[in-house]
Amino acid sequence: MSNEPVLTVEALHASIAGQQVVEDVSFSVPPTGITALLGRNGVGKTSTLRAILGLISRTGAITLAGERIDGMRTHRIVQRGLGYVPEDREVFSKLTVAENLTLAVRQKSPRYELVDSLFPDLVARRSQAAGTLSGGQQQMVSLARALLNDNTILLVDEPTKGLAPKLVADVTVALEEASHLVPILLVEQNLEVVKKLAGGAIVLSGGRVVHTGVATEILADEALTHRLLGVGSATGGAAI
Amino acid sequence: MTDTASTPRRGYGPLILGVVLITLMAVLPLLNVSIPGILPSATYEPGALALLSLAMVFAALALSYNMLLGTSGMLSFGHALYFGAGAYGLGIALKYFGVPLWPGVVIALVGGLVIALITGAVSMRVGGIPFAMVTLAFAEAGSVLVRRNSAVTGGEEGLSLNSAGVPDFLVGVVNSKNLYWFTLAIFVVIYLMSLWVDTSRLGRLARAVSENELRVRVLGLEPARAKLVVFVIAAGCAGLAGVAYMLLQSGAVPRAVSADLTITVLVMVVLGGVGYRWGAIVGGVVYTVLDQRLTVLAGSDAIASLPSLVRVPLSEPLFLLGSLFIVVVIFVPGGIAGTVDGWWARRRRQRRRDAIATLERAEGASESKEVGP
Amino acid sequence: MSTLVLVLITGAGLGALYFLVASGLSLIYGLMHVLNFAHGAFLTLGAFIGWEVARRLDTATWSTFFVSILVGGAVGAAFAALTELALIRPLYERHIEQVLVTVGLAFAAVALYQGIWGSDPIYIDSPPWMLQTTDVLGALVPNTYWVLMLAATALLASLVIFLRFTRYGTIIRAGVENRWMVTALGIDVRRAFTVVFAIGGSAAGVGGVLAGHYTGYVSAYLGSSLLIFAFIITVIGGLGSLTGAAIASVLVAVLQQFANYYLGGTGDIIVVVLLAVVLLARPAGLLGRAS
Repeated sequence: MSNEPVLTVEALHASIAGQQVVEDVSFSVPPTGITALLGRNGVGKTSTLRAILGLISRTGAITLAGERIDGMRTHRIVQRGLGYVPEDREVFSKLTVAENLTLAVRQKSPRYELVDSLFPDLVARRSQAAGTLSGGQQQMVSLARALLNDNTILLVDEPTKGLAPKLVADVTVALEEASHLVPILLVEQNLEVVKKLAGGAIVLSGGRVVHTGVATEILADEALTHRLLGVGSATGGAAI
Repeated sequence: MTDTASTPRRGYGPLILGVVLITLMAVLPLLNVSIPGILPSATYEPGALALLSLAMVFAALALSYNMLLGTSGMLSFGHALYFGAGAYGLGIALKYFGVPLWPGVVIALVGGLVIALITGAVSMRVGGIPFAMVTLAFAEAGSVLVRRNSAVTGGEEGLSLNSAGVPDFLVGVVNSKNLYWFTLAIFVVIYLMSLWVDTSRLGRLARAVSENELRVRVLGLEPARAKLVVFVIAAGCAGLAGVAYMLLQSGAVPRAVSADLTITVLVMVVLGGVGYRWGAIVGGVVYTVLDQRLTVLAGSDAIASLPSLVRVPLSEPLFLLGSLFIVVVIFVPGGIAGTVDGWWARRRRQRRRDAIATLERAEGASESKEVGP
Repeated sequence: MSTLVLVLITGAGLGALYFLVASGLSLIYGLMHVLNFAHGAFLTLGAFIGWEVARRLDTATWSTFFVSILVGGAVGAAFAALTELALIRPLYERHIEQVLVTVGLAFAAVALYQGIWGSDPIYIDSPPWMLQTTDVLGALVPNTYWVLMLAATALLASLVIFLRFTRYGTIIRAGVENRWMVTALGIDVRRAFTVVFAIGGSAAGVGGVLAGHYTGYVSAYLGSSLLIFAFIITVIGGLGSLTGAAIASVLVAVLQQFANYYLGGTGDIIVVVLLAVVLLARPAGLLGRAS
């Protein structure tokens, strides 16, 4: 396998309603494993992901597996193999679990076996409206939608937000399993999860990249994490 | 929306320009000016005066509508209700209460304001597009009431003006000049109201609400109330325009309350440029003149001799105006005023850049060592 | 008693006609947040073309009637799809401008219809059975109402089946909830926009032909008057809710008929009062979600 980055972002600027939210961000994501996108609340992590997808207006060069995608519309980008698991899950609450999943299918033979083995909870709940599921189950639906297809990369935004510790562990396991199949760019506030999963890490501050390196090394540097992530200690209470 | 309206311009330039324009408008009936193709007659004759007066009424109505759409971002489809309330209110007061003109005007305006307060307060339970639908429904109810209660309103036939209470100098074609001046005065009043709303704290508040409701809430202000006040003021101005209309036309027809009229005003404002006072005026005047001229064109022999595929669309003024409107919305988003304003701003910026560049070149030549910025 | 039955049945029939217009409006608003003022123009074109077809065939037979319904629906769908592609799509996500172009289109279309077909009503023929009445518990119900109810029921059933069991239906339901997430799953949601416009347009076109038989004539203004009631119904029912539109259609029409019979022809006013009451009590409408 080559070591060419699967996704590169150069000089990305993005704005929402005229307000600049991402300012000159450049980074690349290696073709294997999980890369964490870190930073305090509101530094533009979610906006960066949304800008890559073309969900907000942006300028800059974005390359997915050697192909420029920054001029494309969102659905075309996704069709090129970019799977997205948004913040707050965004399942279609009035649709059943099965409908949520079939809507996401883009290929002839979707990977239902993988999804069923990762999220056995969902198997019996196929005909239940997604809005009636628990937060954790909704997160599983959201992850499953992305994992059904053979993607080139997944962008996963705060998958453990608001989940109980048991469910955080479940999601972590699922992400680790998935990362053997597809590279992941992960936005995550829970540094314990980041430590367990991430190889590389990119740190944003004020809409810019301020640091890149190995995730565990960044998190081991207490002064750095305090300054950039706003937590007292890398092992501290940010877990829940 | 632009913020040209909220930033008070320095100097007396606009004031002088305004006084000059109004003076010019005021002396127009005394002059013999002919503009073939636009005015049906010379400016001192009743034909041109009637068209100009009507244009001023619609310009005033468009100004009042701009307070809603331009200043506070409210897309109302019921504005004609208040125009109709002014026109019918005056007509009913003169006919059935037998009062003289001025008390009649007061009755009409107060009636219109009460209706505006009630319907406005209910409509503002919802915002955005639903607000548009609800205002439309209220206007439709008004229109139905006018059409049905023919004993009071004259129904489809319309309500003619009872001129017994109206001073003689405002009655009939012989007094076209006086009616013209009366309309001009009402137009100026409505313009000043519009100017005041745009530059006052109230207008800024309503504008802020349309941009960011949350921010206004955080500031501890009552956003809904500011919008409602602007809504009622705009309705009052529309009522005043309706009063002028009643006197000019010596009567009112149900179309004065219809959704059609609101849509016509909307077309004027969008054509002229949403958010620009002068845009609303230009839009109102251009539309009124176009409508009249296109109607004349539609009836002309030149059109009648065309093959039906071309003749039918050309002989329907509203078809042409509707199509023009679509073209403006899609291709000229700022309308007339927005386009002119944008062009002007670009030109000014270019001039400033040129001046700076010249300056830098001059400096560079005199102190060739220094590195430019 | 028989008057009450008559009022109820004619109310339901009128509600059926309203639903043919309101269902499309509600779907379009729900998915795209577009208030479609041109919907009445779709309806009127359907009515005129349906009449043009009928007068070229043998009028007043059932086969002519069905052909005119089919043609009216097809014309409405084509006009609506074209509107979406040419006027709505270039203004993607600019909701006010989208409303404005539909206003301009409605304006222009009505004027054009007037130019082509004149501004006087054109009286039309119906199959003889539709002009007769049926005795229900002593009430003589004009048969047109049964046709209206049948058409609306068929429309509701096929819409429900379409929305529940087809891929486009699923996309539309998902899009009503969250449009950008649909695109983030790799689906071109704009195609669904054209589809809902076509569906709404065909329902309006069919509604136009039926409205012609209901009133006995077609005219350039047929759509405009129905459109306002359809707007009121979509607000009362809850914007974007098909079930809400169905319930509100019947509710509004029955109430309107009641007021017309028992309260001296005040039906139209009562409907607006109902709208005000619903807005004061439940701004999101009967089945609408709070936004």
